Amino acid sequence: MIRFIFRRTGSLILLLVAVSFITFTLFQLGPADPASAACGQECTPERVAEARVALGMDHPFLIQYIDYMRGLVSPRMIGAPGAESICQWPCLGKSFQTNENVSDIIARSLPYTLSMAVGALVLWTVSGVGLGLLAALRKGSATDKFIVGAASVGVSLPIPVTGLFLLLVFVNQLHLLPFTTNEINSPFGPQGPWAWVLNYLLPWVALAVLFSAAYIRVTRTNMIETFSEDFIRTARAKGLAPRTVTFKHGVRAGITPVVTMLGMDIGLLLGGAVLTEQIFSVPGLGFTAVRAAISGDLPVTMAITMLAAFFVIVANVVVDLAYAAIDPRVRLQ
Amino acid sequence: MTQLQPSPAGQPATRTAQPATRTGAFLDVRNLSVKFPTDDGLVSAVNGMDFSLERGQTLGIVGESGSGKSVTSQALMGLLKGTSARVTGQALFQGKDLVTLPESGMRQLRGRNIGMIFQDPLSALHPFYTVGHQIAEAYLVHNKASKKQARTAAVDMLGRVGIPSPEQRYDEYPHHFSGGMRQRAMIAMALICEPELLIADEPTTALDVTVQAQILDLMSELQEETNSALILITHDLGVVAEICDSVLVMYGGQCVESGPVDEIFYDTQHPYTLGLLKSMPTLSSSSGRLNPIPGQPPSLLDLPKGCIFSARCEYAALAGDGVCASQRPELVVEDGHGKRCHLRGPQIVTIRNTR
Amino acid sequence: MDTQAILQVENLQKHFPIKGGLFSPKGSKTVKAVDGVSFSLARGQTLGLVGESGCGKSTTGRMVARLMDPTGGRILIDGVDISQLGGRDLYNFRRKVQMIFQDPFASLNPRQTVGTAIAAPMLAQKINPAGGLKSRVKELLEQVGLKPEHYNRFPHEFSGGQRQRVGIARAISLNPSVIVCDEPVSALDVSVQAQVVNLLQEIQRDTGVAYIFIAHDLSVVRHISHEVAVMYLGKIVEQGPREDLFRDPRHPYTQALLSAVPLPDPRAARQQQKIRLRGDLPSPANPPSGCVFRTRCPLFGTLGVEQQQRCISDIPLPASAAAPACHHAGLDSAALAGVQ
Ligand SMILES: Nc1ncnc2c1ncn2[C@@H]1O[C@H](COP(=O)(O)OP(=O)(O)OP(=O)(O)O)[C@@H](O)[C@H]1O
Ligand SMILES: Nc1ncnc2c1ncn2[C@@H]1O[C@H](COP(=O)(O)OP(=O)(O)OP(=O)(O)O)[C@@H](O)[C@H]1O
Ligand code: SF4
Ligand code: SF4
Ligand SMILES: [Mg+2]
Ligand SMILES: [Mg+2]
Repeated sequence: MIRFIFRRTGSLILLLVAVSFITFTLFQLGPADPASAACGQECTPERVAEARVALGMDHPFLIQYIDYMRGLVSPRMIGAPGAESICQWPCLGKSFQTNENVSDIIARSLPYTLSMAVGALVLWTVSGVGLGLLAALRKGSATDKFIVGAASVGVSLPIPVTGLFLLLVFVNQLHLLPFTTNEINSPFGPQGPWAWVLNYLLPWVALAVLFSAAYIRVTRTNMIETFSEDFIRTARAKGLAPRTVTFKHGVRAGITPVVTMLGMDIGLLLGGAVLTEQIFSVPGLGFTAVRAAISGDLPVTMAITMLAAFFVIVANVVVDLAYAAIDPRVRLQ
Repeated sequence: MTQLQPSPAGQPATRTAQPATRTGAFLDVRNLSVKFPTDDGLVSAVNGMDFSLERGQTLGIVGESGSGKSVTSQALMGLLKGTSARVTGQALFQGKDLVTLPESGMRQLRGRNIGMIFQDPLSALHPFYTVGHQIAEAYLVHNKASKKQARTAAVDMLGRVGIPSPEQRYDEYPHHFSGGMRQRAMIAMALICEPELLIADEPTTALDVTVQAQILDLMSELQEETNSALILITHDLGVVAEICDSVLVMYGGQCVESGPVDEIFYDTQHPYTLGLLKSMPTLSSSSGRLNPIPGQPPSLLDLPKGCIFSARCEYAALAGDGVCASQRPELVVEDGHGKRCHLRGPQIVTIRNTR
Repeated sequence: MDTQAILQVENLQKHFPIKGGLFSPKGSKTVKAVDGVSFSLARGQTLGLVGESGCGKSTTGRMVARLMDPTGGRILIDGVDISQLGGRDLYNFRRKVQMIFQDPFASLNPRQTVGTAIAAPMLAQKINPAGGLKSRVKELLEQVGLKPEHYNRFPHEFSGGQRQRVGIARAISLNPSVIVCDEPVSALDVSVQAQVVNLLQEIQRDTGVAYIFIAHDLSVVRHISHEVAVMYLGKIVEQGPREDLFRDPRHPYTQALLSAVPLPDPRAARQQQKIRLRGDLPSPANPPSGCVFRTRCPLFGTLGVEQQQRCISDIPLPASAAAPACHHAGLDSAALAGVQ
């Protein structure tokens, strides 16, 4: 166990270094010129050059990268010589656009993304696994066919379609739900948890429709397979109640692929549900990342990319731990 | 251990008369059929099975792979309820019809009155729960007991089936057990509520002969203790010869021959049974080709109109007049020995002599 | 070295590391599932491998088919050591050794039709049979006693026996030179078993394929094998030509094994004297010192103190065609009673 965590932490660090390096390189190759973007409308070549110095872009590529990485472990100075300012640890750099600490930007966006992710996750897991299970239990029935049909529709609907449709119906037409506002980003805020739920309900549903379709299908197939296993027959032969057979013996054995999927999806979602955040104008990580990428704001893009990679990897470790908890035959190495 | 069936002291506790049912038998199966609708058509897996069984008796079921032995046992356990299978006929167990009994009533019987042991103990045990937990669970369904009592009962049962240091083994997972130990655990699970009827579907197929001998001893011993009835499904005619009182031979979803074990072996009446006996390699046989029954079993999607075995039967001509191909023989029982064949007395002597 | 040998196994070992608990560091202990197994197999011959459940028969078979990496020892196919092959070489080697599995349920994908399952090895090896893949598969289906109409069926629609035939069809599809048969007929009724055994023998006669035939049914093993090896707790305790071994078993375990074969004859069965072994196979993680069989050996109890001491402290030499792995083989209890 201890060894497992050590090894995983090691590979986590290696992966993050790799991801940051690739992002950094891609950014250098990209067309955006942050310096001219930063210096604004009336730009003279001199001011662009000044901006380059201020942004540290006059150094060779590798030095820039190493400087950046240094910031991850200790505070460092940022800015043109003479006009430096301290960037506290963990220093993810300063935004080329606003000169704000990137860590502050992240701290501001993350609650929105978390709000989106947590609710959507609960919604789609419950509905996906629940409906998938129901379909498996009623295999071949009308219920099953309806659920499978709905799932294949759901998976083919792109988020913009579902999102805009939901907005149109529930907000513009029926006035049942408020527009998503940026004021609320946590259930513990002054407006209370209920306002938080209402505020995010539409993005949750939009995400859940897309994701739960896949969960329905995976759950259904796996549960059907599990229910035909010999040990399920044994459980029935003991005279156990159907509920016990289904949940204690069936679901526990058939759920592992769903756990894997969940791990992947949580990681990706925490990296920012880009489209959904755009449509519902939620200023989360995805939203911020897109804006930063367009304006060539390297430090912000870098930070969010690495955060996403971090989440994906951590989610993977959690999946492995969950696996070991569910299946005693799994050994962690 | 409590005696499940009251028996006069001093007398062997076997073959006690049962409370009156329609026929009086402990288990009485009448015209049991199972059909599975599939994409290709209706699969007739079991076609009119008739047999009965008393307490304390061991019935061996042998027959063709795919002849419906497992499906029959699953039908008796009510494990086909809630699936697409169509089960018809009657299976009276102590007067209750297992075919029409609703799932909830069946659940009361399963585990408590009818226990089952499956062929492959690794896949039949849940990989995620400890062996002990799974046995205790079987105890808890039918007994009002605390977890601790269930544990004690399970440990005790593990010990009785010959698992060394059962207290420690209780907390191990099936994959920590050897094949023989897993099968013992299965037996412990099936027997913990002391069922009156035990169905064992190829319980020793995965085991070597020394472990098989132990398991068979164990089952006979426990059966004697509880005076239960045992249905043993197997391909091993040696096992049948060794522990069964009577034998039922299945082919194409039907019982083709049944009777006391000695009669089946020494007074064989049906060409299929004869074919089975002739196919065996024996320890004393020299090498060369074995003598299987030629041909393939009939498709269960489309059973022949006449005798189900007719396409492969060497003696169909002997019965004369193409009667085998046109007319399905009935199961005729004489002195407890039943057969489903058009051949009569002297003709049978002839076929046995061609052996 | 036997030039005829298609397969030679020398001192083969497989040690599985023992799992530590979730929160305890992994121990350095291992399960010695196979511990120094040697045998050779000539072209067109069959080696029967028998022994107690869990003694390492399947593990040995899987290593020969290279579905599992050996911990030690050598496996020579046609004189070439394949125990360390990897990558491309391993892929090419797959064609030469195929396996028929013990558990027909686990070895078939429930969502794959039987036709697809049988075609899979040919597809993987990019083989295009004359007349097309589908007709070849149908031919194989018939060859193993199934019907062409079964092509589109799913495994769950088959009985255990029918599934096993699918496995056999799949294994012979590539015309391998060695087939490891891990209990191929255990699930079959005696008549179908006879058909399959005949089929396996016919294939052997026609193609010269060699079999490792693992089974619990000793009458079948005796029928099909040329050589027989008896395993106990990861080691071969006795091996030799079939006739010798069955006529005159010399290792106490072999004697017990043969005596326990159930006789398909009710009267004889009632007379039968079986040597009952007590207890279970010891844990391969913690095998007894000296002779691995000593904890259950019926002969051991009849021995004198000095002889017993030898069983406890000295590991017997590995079984060869000349002698079983026992210090006191040949001393039966009656003879011993006379000595003491
Ligand atoms: N769910 C199902 N759908 C369709 N056919 C089925 C189903 N279950 C079983 N069958 C068919 O019913 C027949 C009887 O199967 P069963 O498993 O009872 O055979 P068996 O006598 O136990 O054979 P074996 O000795 O090989 O175990 C087989 O032909 C099988 O294909
Ligand atoms: N992956 C594994 N990890 C740890 N131990 C294993 C593993 N696979 C097998 N073993 C152990 O190795 C030993 C040999 O197993 P193997 O399956 O080879 O036995 P076998 O002789 O084929 O038995 P059977 O007759 O029951 O099929 C057993 O004790 C088993 O528990
Ligand atoms: S009825 Fe005719 S075909 Fe059927 S088993 Fe008897 S002799 Fe053979
Ligand atoms: S060496 Fe000793 S213990 Fe081992 S088999 Fe021979 S007599 Fe028995
Ligand atoms: Mg069966
Ligand atoms: Mg094995």
